[in-house]
Amino acid sequence: MTFSDTLEQHPDPSWRGRVTAILVALLLLWPMLVVSEFKPWELLDARSLGATWQFLSGFFPPAHSREFLMLILAATWQTVAIATAGLTLALLGAIPLTLLATETLSVSRMESGRMRFFSSGIRQLVRWLLVLLRSVPELVWALLLVRIVGLGSTAGVLAIALTYSGMLGKVYAEILESSETHATQSLLRNGSGRLGALLYGSLPASVSELVSYTAFRWECAIRGSVVMGFVGAGGIGQRMDESMKMLAGNEVSTILIVFVLLVACADAVSKYLRKRLG
Amino acid sequence: MVFELRDISVQHDAAGHNAAFHALVDVKLSIKQGEQVALVGPSGAGKTSLLHTMACAHKAESGELDIFGQDPWTLGHAQRHALRARLFLAPQTPPLPPRQRVVTAVLAGRLPQWSIRQAITSLLKPSDPDAAYDALERFNIQDKLYERVDRLSGGERQRCGLARLLISQAEVLLVDEPLSALDPTLALQSLTTLQQETTRRNATLICSLHQIELALSNFPRIVGLRDGRIVFDAPRAEVSDVMIEALYQNDRQTEPDDHTAAHTDTHLEHQF
Repeated sequence: MTFSDTLEQHPDPSWRGRVTAILVALLLLWPMLVVSEFKPWELLDARSLGATWQFLSGFFPPAHSREFLMLILAATWQTVAIATAGLTLALLGAIPLTLLATETLSVSRMESGRMRFFSSGIRQLVRWLLVLLRSVPELVWALLLVRIVGLGSTAGVLAIALTYSGMLGKVYAEILESSETHATQSLLRNGSGRLGALLYGSLPASVSELVSYTAFRWECAIRGSVVMGFVGAGGIGQRMDESMKMLAGNEVSTILIVFVLLVACADAVSKYLRKRLG
Repeated sequence: MVFELRDISVQHDAAGHNAAFHALVDVKLSIKQGEQVALVGPSGAGKTSLLHTMACAHKAESGELDIFGQDPWTLGHAQRHALRARLFLAPQTPPLPPRQRVVTAVLAGRLPQWSIRQAITSLLKPSDPDAAYDALERFNIQDKLYERVDRLSGGERQRCGLARLLISQAEVLLVDEPLSALDPTLALQSLTTLQQETTRRNATLICSLHQIELALSNFPRIVGLRDGRIVFDAPRAEVSDVMIEALYQNDRQTEPDDHTAAHTDTHLEHQF
């Protein structure tokens, strides 16, 4: 293969950098696979296959006694409630943090391209706070909170609220910064306040992305609250934990089916909202 | 004096070049209250930069600027922002979010006067749809009141941006190429509306224009800009064909179409 750029009169000045970046990324990926002991062929080992078969064969038919289904329904409802309450609390925390962290809403940056020392300091602090909130996984928060507030859904709700306010705040700020800023800047130049510029300039430009991301986070919160059920934070996860410990494959499979339905519902809600806001 | 510019120079760090690109060089200009001034000149002459400087959107590298008799850059942060509410800068590309409704986009011109509560309430239920309707009616697009901005044509969007200007309570109107997407009839009508409104509220109008004929027939004072410098600043009676010819010379060959012009201006816009 010959690189004909020496012959081209208008060679792309950035292609070398692009190719190098791809090669470096691949080189970095290899040691990661080694360190993580990624050996997919072990799945096909005769012993593992036997164990898998034994466990999976218990899955059919899924448990469907009326009593069990009612129990699961109540637990599912609790899971959805934990996720929704947690996400709502997270939103209450994330929205003010987003307003503080978003650079495009800075009047001083509009004036000179730089922010004032004080406001950029505040922004940096808020960013660190967001990192702190989301760097602790919700499961770890739940483990800590279960010790403080005891077993039950309160721990789950608080755990989701803490981690997710960090995630939402960060991503909201990034969505607002990467969206078209012309409208926002123009409002700021004409003397509107930061919140006014946000409501009338930035929000309409990125409302669909914001809603879509929030719906996706709600879906993640549902999954998260399932996992937290294993450490005693209530909901369908706690039922799953019990069924797993009793090796009741048929109950596990019913619960798994409920998981799939839940995520599919969350997806449908997100799709509907995005279509409405289009 | 509404504006007093003394030796104003502005430079932008042009992307890809090490040398800073001078958008304005030693500009001297005074504009009295109630004046109507047309800003003309080839693409890239610095018209947009001049309007942005006068709107205190960015600070000039050197020179002095007085607005209503005081230098905005010696004022405090909050006072300077309050001053901006008295100036209205209408950019060439209408700054309207595509998914916003026209009524909301127009009423956004009142934002500087609104409290946060009013701003939020007006998102739920437009606070003064009749005022928005009247403003749109003066540009003949009143039937688009509850349409979404992305359903409008380019010319309709431009007039929607001007309707926001009518809604605002600014005393100085800095308008960048307000007619670039309009046909000749609409262009004349819209310009007349702008000028009538300026006279009605005893405001000051500074308007950059590509249509030199419209500038000469409608504005009493013409400022010619080229390569960031003021080439002439004269009552229209004193502006001769030779002066116009000289102002646009060569540029007709290097930048023949309006498309390039619009692109250059938008590019500048994004650097601020």
